[in-house]
Parts: sequence; structure tokens; C-alpha cells
Amino acid sequence: MEKQQFYYDNKIVRNFLYASIVFGVVGMLVGLILAFLFLFPNLTSGISFLSFGRLRPLHTNAVIFAFVGNAMFAGIYYSMQRLLKARMFSDLLSKIHFWGWQLIIVAAAITLPLGYSTSKEYAELEWPIDIAIALIWVVFGINMIGTIIKRRERHIYVAIWFYIATFVTVAVLHIFNSLELPVSLSGMKSYSIYAGVQDALVQWWYGHNAVAFFLTTPFLGMMYYFVPKVANRPVYSYRLSIIHFWSLIFIYIWAGPHHLLYTALPDWAQNLGVVFSVMLIAPSWGGMINGLLTLRGVWDKVRTDAVLKFFVVAITGYGMATFEGPMLSLKNVNAIAHFTDWIIAHVHVGALAWNGFLSFGMIYWLIPRMTKTKLFSEKLANFHFWIGTLGIILYALPMYVAGFTQASMWKQFKPDGGALQYGNFLETVTELMPMYWMRAVGGTLYLVGVIVLVYNVIRTVRQGSPVENELAEAPALAVISPSRLKGEKLHSWLERKPVQFMILTTVAILIGGLIQILPTILVKSNIPTISSVKPYTPLELEGRDLYIREGCVGCHSQMVRPFRSEVERYGDYSKAGEFVYDHPFLWGSKRTGPDLAREGVKGKPFNGGRDDVWHFNHMYDPQGLNEKSIMPRYQWLIKNELDKSTTQDKMRTMVTLGVPYSDADINNALKHMDEQATKIETNLLANPEIKKSFGGQTASPLKDREIVALIAYLQRLGTDTQVKK
Amino acid sequence: MSVIYLLITISIVVAIVFLGAFIQAVKSGQYDDDYTPSVRMLFDDEIVKKENPNKLIQTEKQKSI
Repeated sequence: MEKQQFYYDNKIVRNFLYASIVFGVVGMLVGLILAFLFLFPNLTSGISFLSFGRLRPLHTNAVIFAFVGNAMFAGIYYSMQRLLKARMFSDLLSKIHFWGWQLIIVAAAITLPLGYSTSKEYAELEWPIDIAIALIWVVFGINMIGTIIKRRERHIYVAIWFYIATFVTVAVLHIFNSLELPVSLSGMKSYSIYAGVQDALVQWWYGHNAVAFFLTTPFLGMMYYFVPKVANRPVYSYRLSIIHFWSLIFIYIWAGPHHLLYTALPDWAQNLGVVFSVMLIAPSWGGMINGLLTLRGVWDKVRTDAVLKFFVVAITGYGMATFEGPMLSLKNVNAIAHFTDWIIAHVHVGALAWNGFLSFGMIYWLIPRMTKTKLFSEKLANFHFWIGTLGIILYALPMYVAGFTQASMWKQFKPDGGALQYGNFLETVTELMPMYWMRAVGGTLYLVGVIVLVYNVIRTVRQGSPVENELAEAPALAVISPSRLKGEKLHSWLERKPVQFMILTTVAILIGGLIQILPTILVKSNIPTISSVKPYTPLELEGRDLYIREGCVGCHSQMVRPFRSEVERYGDYSKAGEFVYDHPFLWGSKRTGPDLAREGVKGKPFNGGRDDVWHFNHMYDPQGLNEKSIMPRYQWLIKNELDKSTTQDKMRTMVTLGVPYSDADINNALKHMDEQATKIETNLLANPEIKKSFGGQTASPLKDREIVALIAYLQRLGTDTQVKK
Repeated sequence: MSVIYLLITISIVVAIVFLGAFIQAVKSGQYDDDYTPSVRMLFDDEIVKKENPNKLIQTEKQKSI
């Protein structure tokens, strides 16, 4: 058979690799700043765009979509061309994909610190960027499917299946979770079309599957390519990889509700999530074992080869995280771990070991190959491996201890069984400070390793000569004779047909998603309405948007679980009907500070029910109220004037989404805001110290400042269902 | 909450369909060759020697070169 010559596009792979390294350093640096903010809460005091609440989404988005995302595209573009024996479908699409994705990252790096956030985890980016992501993602998909169609190798290797599943599922997840209504086409602000429980379910269906199909499936595909390549051994079991693929994509999509155990989500949905999460251990460990056993007979290479060392720890980390995941999904374990640092430990084992180390191994292997040289220093790579591993251990272990310690303290009652042992939430935080220190040290070590990688890569590239287009040859795809097609079986037909395969994959994941989401939205009985629950007043609505802008949800939950210890501490447990006007939901996933679901309710023994002056002082100087507090200052809220220009537009948007504001409500909004703000202002000025600073002539009266709207919102929380005395 | 019965039924049906498809595939020899692909992917590296260009059909010319 005659062979065709063609060129692999190495340049696009190299670009994605460089982008991954650069954004990796940035994303991890932001993470490290966050770790130090736990120790020195006012490290960035006064700089709104460097505050904890705004940097947290920047960190998560940067490491997930910029560091891991670019590494994944590099891995996919490199391996796919070689597995399919074809150059990428279109150089133009490759370039649009690369530059479009970097532009999105830059847009995220600008908008998130400025406070443009939807508050939905890993989907914080506002609507214009969401649209851009969808478009660039489709460009990536067309480029990938196009390459598969023009391939020279008939069999589609298992790695490609994982890439296809990644493309299809992330597209579906992103689009459905990002359905939001912009307040105006000229502004960035939008509201999720889902409210309360439904928003929570859709968000964690997305959130969990972002982990599954952005951080896991593409990396499994890369594992199935790079581990055999580096070890020069075929994968342990190709058959297992087929089973691994099908079972993983089918089961993963159902597991989302395990993020909402003991919340106001209907029980059946919680249980469904638990069952599928537990089942997930089988395909996950099947994949892990398949990866590790690929190294059978070459374990001696692991001793010397830094790349294989990285891969072994990556796969082991994957194994640990996917064992822990199902365990955390058990309701009794989740009751302890949820809202604590245990979850932070869990995700960082996955991120630092599985995604980080697999990417580093791939970088160390690819850079020399694409520059036709040897790695500048194998020794430095080994140093990176060891300091990185130490970093992971020093990060994860203290966080496990911290999580368990805090959960135990939250639940501890006094020996006589009466009151909570640690009624003051702050006591449970102060206890964790040594662990937060160790975590910061671990994170520093990990970042030092990455900086060593940067140096090693720069030196390697300098001594080599980059090959932007690598020559290759392969015979053209032969036409299959009709006689051969006659006896063809289902799966080999499937393997030849990427489009059909893609459709089937979509169907498989859609069934899982729709069965869970549609009923919750459609069946009214799932959300018992509570007649006393009313929409937010205009001022509270603005306050809520400030709460979203500042990322308060990153540290404060609004979800009291039905445990005695929580009801005792925070007040009555949360019910689904309380959240029907919450676009988006703000349940949160971490309690670095106390829950705020009942913040406005007075007369509780431990938490909440503070007056307006307390909130004012707390935002101005939390350490002034308690020197051990790790709440950062939010002084710009006191300085800034509240922007009321879009309040009525916001209310109209809410009406479209089903919130019952009347025309009169909207027309009188500004007047009503002023009245409510004046009341709060009066309360504040009753305090002599506040009166001294803000009572006289000021640029704008206190009632027009942002702080007043935020206080109005905080004082509203939980009061709708409060038992009237 | 009667919707849960419907959900469980659909889930089980889907699971059975997938299981059936898998068993059917194994029985019919679908995965008979579950070894070649895993070895083939190891042999795709760059060309070592330069061959006579007359024998080759160049289908893709690199514009940037």
C-alpha cells in the first residue's frame, strides 16, 4: 500500500504546553496567597480585587481551566494526531481554539477580581464569557471530530473515546448550568434561570461532572496514551479499558447530588446520588489498576525515570481520591466531612497529584521530544518530583486533620448534654491555625517544584531546536469491502463512526442528567412552598448581589442541616421552600466562617441575631470585635456608594424568572430602598463612634453606601420562616 | 414523591439495556481483538530514514515550510 506523507502540528501542542505552565504558576500563586490569607486575614486589606472572596474563584478557575485545561489540550492535540495518523483537521481552528481559550482566561483574570461573578462554583464567569466558552469549545469539537473523520488509522484507540466523551459532556454541562438571564445586554450582571433547590441540583450536576469530564476523562485518555508510550509497554488490558470507559461515563453523570447530602434537596435525589457514587469506585479503580499495571515488568524504570515517577504518583493519587469520593458520598461520612477542610484535602489530592503530576510528567516527556534534545536536567526533574510529593503530603494531611477536628468540635455537646461545647464558632477555627500553617508550607513546596520545572523547561528549549511540524507517514485509510462489512459487529462499527459514537455518548449522559433534573423542575411536590416566604426587597436584592460580588459564599454556607448540633447553633434546619426566590442559590460548600442561613433571626444563643452596628463594625474591622477572627476587612463596602441604576432592571429580570414583584413594587423601588436604608442608617448613627465618623457632612450619606444594602440582606436571612412571638 | 418509582424503573431499564448490549457484544466476539490496538499505538514514531520522494504521494503540503 502506498504511503502518504504528512506533518504533525507540534507548534499548537507547544503553545498549549507553555500556556499551561504559565497559568499553572499564576493559578498556584493565587492559591498560595489564599492559604496565607487564612494566617494573615488582612494581608491584602483594603484592596478589593485581592480580597479572599474574589481571589478564590480566580484560583479555582485558573488551575482548572487554565492550567489543567491547557495541559489537557496539549495532551489531546499531541496524542490524537499520532493515534489517528493525521494532522489536526484545520490549522485555523487550532489557532482559534488556542487564542480564544487564552483570551477567555485573561477575561476571567480581569473580571473575577473585579467582582463579576455568578457565584456558582467553577462556573463563576459571567454570561458574555460563558458564551465565548461555548463557542471556543465547539471550535475544539469540530477540530477534533474533523481529525477523526480524516484519520488514517481505522481503529479508534481508547484514549480518543475519552476525548470525545469530554467534548460532548462538558458542552452539555456548561450550556445547561450557565443558562442565565442578563439584567441588561450592556452589563455583565445576570441571574441563573434556576432558583434554590433546582439551581443547587443543576450546579452540582455540573460541578461534579466538571471534575468528572474536565479533570478526569481527558486525563484518563492521556494516561492511556502517555503511560504506555513512556514505559514502552502496551496498556495492561485493552479490554479493561473498554469496560472502564463505558461504565465510567454512564455512572459518573448520576453522582452530582452527593454534594447536597442532608440539604434541602429531596431525599430520593440524594439517595440516587449516593448509590451511583458508591458504584463509581469500580470503574475508577479499574482505570487506576489498568494504568499502574501497565508498568508491570518495567518498575525498574520508575526508579530512574522522573516522568514515570510523576505518572505513578498521579495514578496513585487518582486511586486515593476515587476511593475517598465514594466514601465521602456515604451519608454518615458526609455528615462529618461536608463544609470542612476535609473536602479541601480531597480535591487537592486529585488536583495536585492526579492532574498536576500527570501534566508535569507529560511536560517533561514532551518538551525534549518536540525540541529534539534531552531534558536539561534529569536531576532537577527528580528534585521537582520529591519536593512536589512532599508538598502534596504536607498539604493534604493537615487538611484531613483540620476537617475532622473542626467537624468534631462543631458536633460536641457539653458532658451534661445540654449546650454546645464550642458554642463560639471562632473556637473551632482557632484550633485549626497550626494546620493552616502546615498547608501553606505544603503549598509553597509544591509551587517551588513548579518553578524548578519552569527553569528546566526553559533550559531544555534553549539547548534544543524546536520542530514545529513533524514529518510522518502512513497509508491512507483503505476502503472497506462490502464482504467485510457484512459480518461486522456493533462495536467495531461504532469504533469506525465517530459521529454516531458521539451521538450515543450524548444519549447515555443525557439520560442520566435529564432524569434527575427534569422531575425536580417539573414536579411541584418536590418544593413545598412556604406562604411566609416573600421576595427580597429592592435593597436586600442589591445587598444579595454584593454578597455574590464579594464571594461571601466561598466561606459562609446558607444551609442548616437537620442535625441537633446545627439546629442548636444556627436555628431551624433549612427547607426547600425557603429558596424559591434565590437566583442563584447561595448554599455554599465550605464553612470557614459560620453558616448565615438564619443570620437575621434574633435571640439565638450562639450565632446570628446581631444588630446593624455589629455588622457595620464587623465589616470595618473584624479583629476589633475578636482579635482571633480570620474574617478579612471589607472596608470598601463602607466607602462605596451603592449603584442603584440597575435595581429596577434587576427586579424586572427577576419577574421574568418568576419572582412575583408587582409593577408597583418596581416603580416604587427606589423610594422603598431609601426608606429601608434610612432605618438602618438611624440604627447605625445611634452608635456614638459611627456618628462621629459618618454623622456630619460626608460625600454621600451613610444610607447610600453599599454596607447598608448588605446589612439589610444579612438581617433578612432566615426571618421569613421565623416563629413569631 | 411517586416520581421516584418512575425514576428507578427508567434507571434499571437503562442499566439492563447497557448490560445487555455489553453481554451481547462479548458473546458475539466484539472484543476478540483486544490486544492489537494496545500494541499498535506504541509504533507510530517519526520517520527515521528519508525515502525516495518519487514513490510517495504527497497529500498534505505544509504551507509554513
